[in-house]
Amino acid sequence: MKELICIVCPKGCHLHIDEQNDYQVFGNSCPRGAEYGKNEILHPTRVLTSIVKVTGGTHRCCSVKTNGGIPKKDIVKAMELLKTVKIQSPVYIGDVIVRDVCGTGIDWIATKTC
Amino acid sequence: MYDVLIVGCGIVGAATAYQLSRYNLSVCVCERYNDVANGCTKANTAILHAGFDCPIGSMEARLNLRGIQLAKEICEKLDVERIEMPTFIIAYDNEHDLNYIQELYKRGVANGVEGLRIVDREEALSLEPGLNPDIKAALYAPGSGIINPWEYCIAMAETAVRNGVEVKLDSEVTAIEKKEDHFVVTTKSGIYESRYVINAGGGWSAQVYEMVGGHELHQTNFAGQYFVLDKNQGNKVHSVIFPCPDEHGFKGICVTPTVHGNLLVGPDCYEVSDGDHVGTDPLTLENLKTEAYKSVPDIDFREIIHEYAGVRPNTQIPDFVIEESPECPHFINLAGIKSPGLSSAPAIAEEAEKLLRKCGLELEMKEKFIDTRKRIQFRYLDDDAKKKLIAENPLYGRIICRCETVTEGEIVEAIHRPIIPRTVDAIKRRCNAGMGRCQGGFCGPRVHEILARELGVDEKDILMDEQGTFIITSAIKEGHNEECI
Amino acid sequence: MKNVYDVIVVGGGPAGLAAACSAKEAGAKDVLVLERDKEAGGILNQCIHNGFGLHYFKEELTGPEYAARFVNKAEELGVEILLDTMVLAVEGHRVTACNTEDGLIVVEARSVVLAMGCRERTRGAVAIPGDRPSGVFTAGTAQRYINIEGYMVGKRVVILGSGDIGLIMARRMTLEGAKVLACVELMPFCNGLNRNIVQCLNDYDIPLYLSHTVTNVEGLHRVEKVTVAEVGADRKPIPGTEIVFDCDTLLLSVGLIPENELTRKADIPLDTATKGAIVYENMETREPGVFSCGNVVHVHDLVDFVTAESQRAGKAAAEYAAGKRIPKDGRVIELKRGDHVTYTVPQAIRVENAEAGVDISFRVNAVMTDQEICVKDGDTVIAHYKREHMAPGEMEHIKLPAAILKKVKKQVLEVAVVSAEGGVEK
Repeated sequence: MKELICIVCPKGCHLHIDEQNDYQVFGNSCPRGAEYGKNEILHPTRVLTSIVKVTGGTHRCCSVKTNGGIPKKDIVKAMELLKTVKIQSPVYIGDVIVRDVCGTGIDWIATKTC
Repeated sequence: MYDVLIVGCGIVGAATAYQLSRYNLSVCVCERYNDVANGCTKANTAILHAGFDCPIGSMEARLNLRGIQLAKEICEKLDVERIEMPTFIIAYDNEHDLNYIQELYKRGVANGVEGLRIVDREEALSLEPGLNPDIKAALYAPGSGIINPWEYCIAMAETAVRNGVEVKLDSEVTAIEKKEDHFVVTTKSGIYESRYVINAGGGWSAQVYEMVGGHELHQTNFAGQYFVLDKNQGNKVHSVIFPCPDEHGFKGICVTPTVHGNLLVGPDCYEVSDGDHVGTDPLTLENLKTEAYKSVPDIDFREIIHEYAGVRPNTQIPDFVIEESPECPHFINLAGIKSPGLSSAPAIAEEAEKLLRKCGLELEMKEKFIDTRKRIQFRYLDDDAKKKLIAENPLYGRIICRCETVTEGEIVEAIHRPIIPRTVDAIKRRCNAGMGRCQGGFCGPRVHEILARELGVDEKDILMDEQGTFIITSAIKEGHNEECI
Repeated sequence: MKNVYDVIVVGGGPAGLAAACSAKEAGAKDVLVLERDKEAGGILNQCIHNGFGLHYFKEELTGPEYAARFVNKAEELGVEILLDTMVLAVEGHRVTACNTEDGLIVVEARSVVLAMGCRERTRGAVAIPGDRPSGVFTAGTAQRYINIEGYMVGKRVVILGSGDIGLIMARRMTLEGAKVLACVELMPFCNGLNRNIVQCLNDYDIPLYLSHTVTNVEGLHRVEKVTVAEVGADRKPIPGTEIVFDCDTLLLSVGLIPENELTRKADIPLDTATKGAIVYENMETREPGVFSCGNVVHVHDLVDFVTAESQRAGKAAAEYAAGKRIPKDGRVIELKRGDHVTYTVPQAIRVENAEAGVDISFRVNAVMTDQEICVKDGDTVIAHYKREHMAPGEMEHIKLPAAILKKVKKQVLEVAVVSAEGGVEK
């Protein structure tokens, strides 16, 4: 059994994952917790957030996020991708900033209209 | 070649520069920090003492009384916050205390302090209801007051500059060479020549004096720590309150309102090696609370917004050291200016002038001497004046510091004054932005941005206070995380 | 701009925007929001991390996305938002503000909503000893420099306080290349959410020192060293346990304080426990027609609950503006905090105005497992609610049905945690 604290919502359920038994999850209060528990053991991912520089608008920086989980091992690489990105205003919430981050099929997208 | 070079632009250097700026002289002030008023002047109790405390017949006693008279006029002309309020030295029902206030009363009378009285418990409490009701009597001194100490210094320094004095910041003096009829002063910003040198070096005056071979001064600086409390505590008392000194002769913890409406508690007293030593420690601060409660029981210490320590520049000589050096003619010491230095400053400047005359400098009044100064402080204006001001300059309609209600207009105006504030704390001293309960948490980044914009410098180069106090370590997402230290 | 509005909302953060939208939806014709920043959304704009909106929108949003939804909604509903505008005074229902374009503004409102949010406690407020170098930031100020201005404020960082902002900033600075050496918490438990310990500290191997505090800051110019020591049960440092960190930055996440200067100036009574206005069931303060909601009433940990509370305030403000009055001589029940409860919001309930029951928010003073929250009418427990886990860092909510309220006999109801089988970690 592996023990984890669920991070899908602020509740923070204490999960028990049975590795011997198809990664069955106990202690979760919702189906998303079960999914998280299994994924966290097999291939943990995180949604990342950061900023990119933006020119021509009222803001200097535009906040961005990955529109899905990035494998934990690729976090540093995914962050590196943003270092050289400079975007021109206007940018709208949801616009893709960097496509297919580290071959994951996940994109960096804008979370602010700048 | 300058006529007079003043070392140090604290309250004494600034008062002297202001005093001399009314004459046809070329005067220069060299300041080690990147702003004026940055040593003892920015961290003290901000009191204009009534003058009863000084030893009878001392220079301190004479200059204290003269200084607070001059302060009235100067603060009026140069727009410096000053509020007259009495001082109470409170005595409990014991021989030590009751004797002490009697002795202090006699000393005060001998010093020429007017209005001094010993008041009993009832009268003390009716005059100052915030006092501890357990007191037995108090010495009441109506002639004291509180002042904005850094504004006092800035106002006199700015006025001096408007009248032609040069103030050189970041110009720590590293060597002074005496030539036949002048001095060569080496500083971190350049080498200057001057016929006379005035040592207003505060916590470093002994070191400055040593540069011309004077060895008889030893700096014995004393530090003290303070609490500043929120404005909601500022009306707990309406006077300056001291206990009687303890058996070691230490004055005791003062409780006083500030001109900004906060409450100030402190200082204690311990010797330190130099004027850079300005840390606080928890034991001392705990002790401050205990002592302050004894004088004013109603203080709510949950409302503390700031702590700081200040250094009183002192020497081994009990009095101020105000003289032409016996070793080095035309070199004038204004050293050992501990308390009541702030109260005495303009009188010390008059002494400096007398000494200059005595050693041969001819002084001729300027035809046009600018002797007024006016600041705009949005928060004190009535609605009509506010309206008019914003209509004239819209920047007065944008509040940058929400705790103290300071506008962008005031900050921009301060940046374009004769002595340019280049740091976040320099703006704080001039405009009060960041002085309030959030301590610049909200307005700091905005002041930072305005400074960079108005001064035309990169934001990474804006400092919090003195050299080395950088705020930003690098810019992010600019190709690489470039260093900027 | 008009001279008179139905509802004026002071503050355009999540609370103000939700209140304004709900006021509009409840029928208020003219609703004006006065916001001091250059954009609406408040502190959410610098909270670029995700985790917002799970309760309200049933999806995980970042701060700016959550804010944008309400800004868009406000625009669609025709709420008037005045940006870059600072409110200087609220006197009764008259609001004085200023900005660069309109100058000094004096407007009247039929009802007012106070939604000024909160500010961070500072180094001064917690009296951290030592030198006064640069490099000591509140977590929120650092967050603004990094996420809004685009500047890093440190390379080697110690964080004091384990509130969520501190934890979030530990991760944020790590991802931007800084080394976070320690997160230090005075209490024996973490003040932030468990998920943030996992994804902000554990993910990046940042050690959490519980029952520790900062005892010294060294550095003449910039921070050079920070000393951390363990504290005993009295929360005083234990000599000999000091750890010295070589670092250039100390971030403070040591608590938030409701920003009630306007409220105080308006002579509206405050609660010493919440440091916010005392409010009734519909978030009305003791000043008739002046409502208050969000972090200015009590500091929340989740914006979703700010939204819910502010919607109640907005709706009630609209009703007041339309002339609805709650009888002055009606029944009022005060709420009292009992064992382990540090405060309640609201502090009082007007029974006639609680037809749909009352939502009560409060906090507990210790980490607890398997406990029961009881509402007591004298010695009688009139409602109880089971909780598997409670902590000071997590706001609790209960709903008291109208039927129960009507049966209350005493003038005061007590909300308390009653020890069941579970444990209380002091």
